[in-house]
Amino acid sequence: MDKVILKVFRGDSNGGTEQDYEVPTFEGMVVLDAIHYIQINLDSTLACRWNCKAAKCGSCSAEINGVPRLMCKTHVSDMAANGRPIVVHPLKTFPVIRDLVTDVSWNYRNSEKIKPLQLAPDAPKPLVMQQMDVDRIQEFRKCIECFLCQTVCHILRNHNVKEQFYGPRQLIKLANLDMHPYDALDRREMIRKEAGVGFCNITKCCTEVCPEHIHITDNGIIPLKERVADEYFDPIQHLIRKLSGADKKKK
Amino acid sequence: MALNTAQSKEAGRVPLPINSRKDTWWIKPLLVFLGLSTFGIYATWRAFENRYYSWGPYLSPFYSPFLVIHIGHFAISPALLILPFPLIFRMTCYYYRGAYYRAFFWDPPACAVEEPAARKQYTGESRFPFTIQNLHRFAFYIAVIFIAILAADAIIAFDFNGHFGMGLGTLIMVVNVLLLSFYTFSCHSFRHLIGGALNCYSCSRSGKTRFRIWQRISLANERHMLFAWLSLFTVGFTDLYIRLVSAGIIHDVRFF
Repeated sequence: MDKVILKVFRGDSNGGTEQDYEVPTFEGMVVLDAIHYIQINLDSTLACRWNCKAAKCGSCSAEINGVPRLMCKTHVSDMAANGRPIVVHPLKTFPVIRDLVTDVSWNYRNSEKIKPLQLAPDAPKPLVMQQMDVDRIQEFRKCIECFLCQTVCHILRNHNVKEQFYGPRQLIKLANLDMHPYDALDRREMIRKEAGVGFCNITKCCTEVCPEHIHITDNGIIPLKERVADEYFDPIQHLIRKLSGADKKKK
Repeated sequence: MALNTAQSKEAGRVPLPINSRKDTWWIKPLLVFLGLSTFGIYATWRAFENRYYSWGPYLSPFYSPFLVIHIGHFAISPALLILPFPLIFRMTCYYYRGAYYRAFFWDPPACAVEEPAARKQYTGESRFPFTIQNLHRFAFYIAVIFIAILAADAIIAFDFNGHFGMGLGTLIMVVNVLLLSFYTFSCHSFRHLIGGALNCYSCSRSGKTRFRIWQRISLANERHMLFAWLSLFTVGFTDLYIRLVSAGIIHDVRFF
């Protein structure tokens, strides 16, 4: 395969077209390389957000052949099987600014609504934690905020209920805080009502597209659903808590 | 090619075609649809058949525990009384939920694939009747009772008229109860109850023990989907084998 055709979206929120570009290929070439070739040699007006080209900054998210992926991690040879053109579109769930650049600020605004870690009064000083207590939440901290999970989530993508559901990325952030051994806040009400964990119907698309291979659904969202069930749907646990006078926030 | 559409403009997003995926995304939901439908039809037929459920020491898992309730002269099939419980366990299971939402509800049919029908308002599992899915842990408690009953049936299957023996049916029943146990005890709710609900494992001695059990269940939980399908197959196959032997269509293979 010497050359490949890229069909790249060109336009803004008012509309746009797919533009064909013929790009020479080389071994190990990724889609971001092809986009860079277009910018340098064919059309310098093509807009694209990127930074590290090492799958760590989460900037170059796009929809490649209809699936949200990082352009820097997606090999041209995998996408152009049988000489098919590669279709590159911006993230569908968020408003487009220009070409492949979308406005993902909604995610940051939601992130700001989540209260940061509130250390419990009995937290050790200095704060030393055992590995067994942080094993789980370390996985969540691998998130690079590429928002692929947000764009693939059908609740945001197809149903567009952004007022009622924060999306997988923010639920992982909430899981990270709620499972922290020394966080003093009971976040279950927020997880249920504001973040809308009940909207998730666990189809696991967020897990499928995560470039950091975080088990978003199994290790983050489902445990949050279970924590909400503890509080709101389990009369036995409710009774035990009442009788024992146990705190809502479990240690 | 112009891609602008009124719908996409309304949503304030990039104008894109409805579905850009050109791969074989439809295979997985189709297989789930066929697998669950086949099992559902077979189990319903067997529940109403109300015969060929036992042979020698073997008792079909569909008919265990063997409870016969009469209404007048009419005997209700034990399977009709029993099957709703494992059905509820599987219907509220976190794996099956995702699978049947995709395969039957097409919500969505696959990742990044547009949903075919315009739905009035999406509420997911936040409104009745889908809030019932939150009661999965209670279905788990009942499933554990069924595991104990089926384990007892598997032990009884070694008893051939007072002599210790083993047939192919015994082996199938043992494998069935083992796979059902793997499926049941790799459940997300059990994983939560055993240790997932805790935040500080090192804060108490019981916390450390629960952490170790939670770790092992988490390993099994990674294969929950595999156990879900294997156990669904074996429970159906166990019933089919006992039915065929009981109806005289095949003969049980006796090892000793």
